[in-house]
Amino acid sequence: MRVTLIAATAAAMLTAVSAQAEEIKPAVVFDMGGKFDKSFNEGVYNGVEKFAKETGIKYREFEVTNPSQREQAIRRMAQKGANPILGVGFAQAPAIEKVAKEFPKVRFTIIDMVVDLPNVQSVVFKEQEGSFLVGVMAAEASKTGKVGFVGGMDIPLIRRFACGYVQGVKWANGSASVLQNMTGTTPSAWNDPTKGAELARSQFDRGADVVYAAAGGTGIGVYQAAKDAGKLAIGVDSNQNHIQPGTMLTSMLKRVDVAAYAAFKGAKDGTWKAGIQVLGLAENGVGWALDDNNAKLVTGPMKAKVAEAEKGILSGSIKVHDYMADSKCP
Amino acid sequence: MEDAWLLTLLTFDATLRVATPLILAAMAGLFSERSGIIDIGLEGKMLAAAFAAAATAYVTGSHWFGLGAGIAVSFALAMLHGFACITHRGNQVVSGVAINILAAGLTVVLGIAWFHQGGQTPALPTEARFTPIIWPFAEEIGRIPILGPIYRELLSGHNLLVYAALAIVPLTWYVVQRTRFGLRLRAVGEAPEAVDTAGISVTALRYGALACCGVLCGIAGAYLSTAHSASFVRDMTAGKGFIALAAMIFGKWRPGPALGACLLFGFLDAVAIRLQGIAIPGIGEIPVQAIQALPYILTVILLAGFIGKAVAPKAIGMPYVKER
Repeated sequence: MRVTLIAATAAAMLTAVSAQAEEIKPAVVFDMGGKFDKSFNEGVYNGVEKFAKETGIKYREFEVTNPSQREQAIRRMAQKGANPILGVGFAQAPAIEKVAKEFPKVRFTIIDMVVDLPNVQSVVFKEQEGSFLVGVMAAEASKTGKVGFVGGMDIPLIRRFACGYVQGVKWANGSASVLQNMTGTTPSAWNDPTKGAELARSQFDRGADVVYAAAGGTGIGVYQAAKDAGKLAIGVDSNQNHIQPGTMLTSMLKRVDVAAYAAFKGAKDGTWKAGIQVLGLAENGVGWALDDNNAKLVTGPMKAKVAEAEKGILSGSIKVHDYMADSKCP
Repeated sequence: MEDAWLLTLLTFDATLRVATPLILAAMAGLFSERSGIIDIGLEGKMLAAAFAAAATAYVTGSHWFGLGAGIAVSFALAMLHGFACITHRGNQVVSGVAINILAAGLTVVLGIAWFHQGGQTPALPTEARFTPIIWPFAEEIGRIPILGPIYRELLSGHNLLVYAALAIVPLTWYVVQRTRFGLRLRAVGEAPEAVDTAGISVTALRYGALACCGVLCGIAGAYLSTAHSASFVRDMTAGKGFIALAAMIFGKWRPGPALGACLLFGFLDAVAIRLQGIAIPGIGEIPVQAIQALPYILTVILLAGFIGKAVAPKAIGMPYVKER
């Protein structure tokens, strides 16, 4: 009897302690592409690395190399006592939804998709706002008044990028036109650089001189085609300016590193909350990249115009329409 | 008018670029199948060669080493195919599928292990790629109306491998139709026992055919990763091996018609790319899905109505067992 009592007290004390300064065991499951994909996953990697360096807390990680591993990896992390678990990319949503129900006490964070469960935090971005900004830059940089867009798979998320971009272009130059292409309608459209290059070339042939790719690995071919043709390209997700210095006008940044860092940090500080977080320009969740690789291409007037657009979006005088709200683009 | 003409030419220009790997792979398949070996593994050989070429070109900084490595790897896989289905008389389809799966998996695993970029290889600098060759006086001749742009856009400005692919078609025809090796190759695909009776080794001939097949697939793969684009990306062949196989069957196992079929597939692809997002007078903008289905629809129509019966080499798919 006495022993039980002591054990119970000890257990109670332990819980009390953990509620104050949490010992967390964070874990991250990278998606296909791996943590050094120079894009989305690498952004997450940078975020969790920053957390690990600052706090000295080690994290577990797993790189998914085929779709069937997603659910297994997440479940294994949960079984091993990892908490919180960070899932990267919309493709992990079904796996997280399933495992989160099995482990209601474990906290999950998913980036780029919404999973509506009491123990899941969903972080999504206002891609249309970032795309609007690079659209403004494309219109400013274009000499022909024609700019291009190459999307990956034809899904609403990519339409959202395209729609924001078109709005930005039109805002900066009402008479400019945008040539739009989607690479395909199956997941292989994310990984078809030769087709991406052909699409970009066809847009250059029709007079475009700046092209924005939101197409994963397909984008590499688009940037290469732009370099070969002496045109400009705009990167996506993370800072891709270094891929083709001198060709990359800028990159539309989705600050997945900020989101990843915030998820772990929030869990450590006890401020982690389930629910949907939407990161836009105001939250520093999207933006455009400026570094040594593209400093020469970004002129003063261009910067001024983008700053004006940013101010407009923040103050609400520019309303960037979200394609996913009504499946329409004005 | 001038613009429309230029746009047409640019579409043909793109056709050549897109069709090049198909042409090379179709000729590769032709050698193999004419000797009586089904080669489903064109896709895998091309993929493995693309990876080897990109990786080697990146490390050595030379596209020639890349091309060499691509050919070597593809050749090795072709020999593996031969070992399985000539020497050991295994099922040729199974062996081909195995090569495809092996290439799809191994390239990604090695890519992740060596370059840490999720299975991609780093982008190649311009010096380590096959770059466009501009023909002499392209600018000057290009100013001549109507005919000038043909020279400037269509003929000039491709990379070496595109020209090589076009040259390989008549070469293949010559080898298969006009040389002793070619005659024996065709015979071994139709009636291997007759060739054997004449005292010629069926095994050696079939290995020889697979060697040609391996080399051509290697060039096709190197084209994909070091000429058409500048890095290897997982599954970058995207079914081109199978399309080449279909084109070869389309062409009834003959080099000329197979070239035509490859160009047709390439043309449909190029048109599909260019039609996207363009409003056609009277019809309006065609949805992406409809345009992308176009090549397949046309394939079905052509296969059903115009091509006629395609007769495969008689001994195809059957391992040769010497009578004792």
